[in-house]
Amino acid sequence: MSTATTASLAAALPQSAADQPPYTGNQAYIKISTFDFFYGAHQALFDINMDIPERQVTAFIGPSGCGKSTLLRNINRMNDLIDGANHRGDILVGGKTIFDRNLEVTSLRKRIGMVFQKSNPFPKSIYENVVYGLRTSGISDRRILDAACEEALRGSALWDEAKDRLQQSALGLSGGQQQRLCIARAVAIKPEVLLMDEPCSALDPIATGRVEELILELKKQFTVVIVTHNMQQAARVSDRTAFFYLGKLIEYSKTLSIFTNPSVKQTEDYITGRFG
Amino acid sequence: MPHIKSNGRPAGEPLVWLTSMGLAVGLAMVFLLLYVIVTNGASVFWPKRIYAWTISDKGQTEVLWGELAKSQKKRVGEGDEIQIYTGNRDAFSASFRYVDRAVITTEELPKGVIAIERLEYGNAIGLPVRLALADGTTIPAGDDAFRGRLRSLVSEIANRRDVISVLEKERIGENSRDIYRQDLSVRRGKRTGDLAMVADAEAEIARLKLSYDELSATATALRKLQSADTLIIGLCNHKERSIVIGQIVDFHFPNELGLAARIGTTIENVWKFLSENPREANTEGGIFPAIVGTFVMTILMSVVVTPFGVLAAIYLREYARQGPFVRAVRIAVNNLAGVPSIVFGVFGLGFFVYGVGGAIDSMFFFDRLPTPTYGTGGIIWAAATLALMTVPVVIVATEESISAVGRGAREGSLALGASKWQTIQRIVLPAAVPGILTGLILAMARGAGEVAPLMLVGVVKLAPSLPIDGTWNDTDLIPFLHLDQKFMHLGFHIYDLGFQSPDSDAAIPMVYATTFFLICLVLVLNLTAILMRERLRKKFATGAF
Repeated sequence: MSTATTASLAAALPQSAADQPPYTGNQAYIKISTFDFFYGAHQALFDINMDIPERQVTAFIGPSGCGKSTLLRNINRMNDLIDGANHRGDILVGGKTIFDRNLEVTSLRKRIGMVFQKSNPFPKSIYENVVYGLRTSGISDRRILDAACEEALRGSALWDEAKDRLQQSALGLSGGQQQRLCIARAVAIKPEVLLMDEPCSALDPIATGRVEELILELKKQFTVVIVTHNMQQAARVSDRTAFFYLGKLIEYSKTLSIFTNPSVKQTEDYITGRFG
Repeated sequence: MPHIKSNGRPAGEPLVWLTSMGLAVGLAMVFLLLYVIVTNGASVFWPKRIYAWTISDKGQTEVLWGELAKSQKKRVGEGDEIQIYTGNRDAFSASFRYVDRAVITTEELPKGVIAIERLEYGNAIGLPVRLALADGTTIPAGDDAFRGRLRSLVSEIANRRDVISVLEKERIGENSRDIYRQDLSVRRGKRTGDLAMVADAEAEIARLKLSYDELSATATALRKLQSADTLIIGLCNHKERSIVIGQIVDFHFPNELGLAARIGTTIENVWKFLSENPREANTEGGIFPAIVGTFVMTILMSVVVTPFGVLAAIYLREYARQGPFVRAVRIAVNNLAGVPSIVFGVFGLGFFVYGVGGAIDSMFFFDRLPTPTYGTGGIIWAAATLALMTVPVVIVATEESISAVGRGAREGSLALGASKWQTIQRIVLPAAVPGILTGLILAMARGAGEVAPLMLVGVVKLAPSLPIDGTWNDTDLIPFLHLDQKFMHLGFHIYDLGFQSPDSDAAIPMVYATTFFLICLVLVLNLTAILMRERLRKKFATGAF
């Protein structure tokens, strides 16, 4: 491993384990077991087994097309929308399978929020964007909506910028603000898990920094799973990192150890930039 | 030496010219059409000068007074001839004359000529001679009081005409509606054996008939007053002719009008054309009922077609499994737009009028049978037929705008736990509204201009009342909107004027004027929809969405 890369990654890592409070959450809040996934005849994921801990940030890294986004989108069953999608194996969230026939996919998605690569605010006011999930759940009490809107916007560090323009179009916000609005929209319905699919890839460094700060803040309440192409970002925000390659989970362990002491050659090559 | 030789011009450049030529030809045709319509239509409203032409032909000399209607070559290589509008159809048996230019010896503008617009027989043109009043006095045309008196008499009879119209249309109309209602009670009573009801209703009918006699006696007395005074004019053939003042709608002295007065008269004529009822088999008067009929029918059609088309498109695009069957359905829907409109008319007559309307009659208007209520052509069936005809346009436009809504917004909504229908309703449809409105604009433009199917399902030459007015009939589902009534339509009005009128020469400018206002009406409807669309676009597209 080249010294320059190791140094920059080490700098991005949390200073020491002692800085953080002792971890008490469920070590296997999301449990993925022997999971295969197919787009029609094409197999995209091979026998994935991993436990994602509660109220921690887990990063998925790997080169394009390695299946990390596919796995992420399976956790809230967004892949149901794709014709010919098929799976084997199981994913458990909070001890229950998400593929239960009696489970409404809409109620699953209310428990497992998602933020996308490209910010996708609705062409509505900021306020209506934040309370969208509440409204579709049938809540129309103005006081509840107002309180939830403020809480979500404060929780996503957007309140100070947006409080005076709640009724203006969300499309008037900057790119970084729009992405934080999408996070606010997702946390407004108080999910258990927050899935983030390359949330900073379209943002400038300053906006990225703010979103990363936000992620560290969010993990106090939510289990966060983040897909990223940015190694430094994975190092900065995540507690655990999973490296995927060609649809297989190559290595999965604590972020500190994967970046300082990867046990597989492919992982080391990828994080030092030799391929991918 | 370079390998690729350049002649200094990029390849394909002539195609730019070809495309712009295509547009230029299209625009030129549109402007030519508008020019022809506007110039010909405007002649209805512009008060023309009245000339006196002296004609000497084969030793006979004749003077003609009239407006220059048209000037044209007789045949290739021959001289010109002119068409003169002489008016006075009652005296001359025709209101137009063709005269060879070669036989005209003099042409002058006679002073003091009056042009009188009448209720019947078109205009009268002549020199005023005297007024013969009911009390036996006469006022000669040379008298200073003559014109003032004539004007006050004409406005007096115009007011009285309004009074008579209110009396006949509203009071007597209401009375006969009441009689009809009581008559229905009699029939219902006889059917159910309720003799008390029959007796009550018959007594009421007798009372109503008495009041009808009173009303009609009043109307007759008023009508008699209308024909008390007469105006005598001298025609160009030196004969005198008397015109009952009650027949006069308006009059002016065309050779004395200055430019400002002519423009004023033109504006007044346009307003009268737009706001008055037609007279004399539609060749005179205005087109107000046709404008209202077209407008109401088009709005009704939009109200019917939009939900239909949008729901069908949502199903086709969002819910149906895309496959050969859906593709076949889509092709079938698109082909529906190519079916000749008269076929839709026949279908509308069979299905809507006789089928649905007949069923409604036998269920809800049983007592009125055999007189049909909904089981005959009516504005609702015309709207439904045209809706069926234009539904493919709306489906195609809606499908396209739905599929143009970004995946990002849909996924964002679904990821928040919204159901598919909630996503469609709250995210997809609002964003697709501008596209849906585009489809609706096309549908309205086609529907408003359609004539052939309407002739089978409810358009008439002359409708006794408007499809929407202040009366609340028993048959109205929506108060004041008479869905069962026959109606007038600008497109049919054009056909009727141009091809069915007794005096086609007189009708030609009216055809152009009516066409012009039909185009205006379509334009107004479209502009409204376009403004709505722009507002919505602004609302939804203030960013990179």
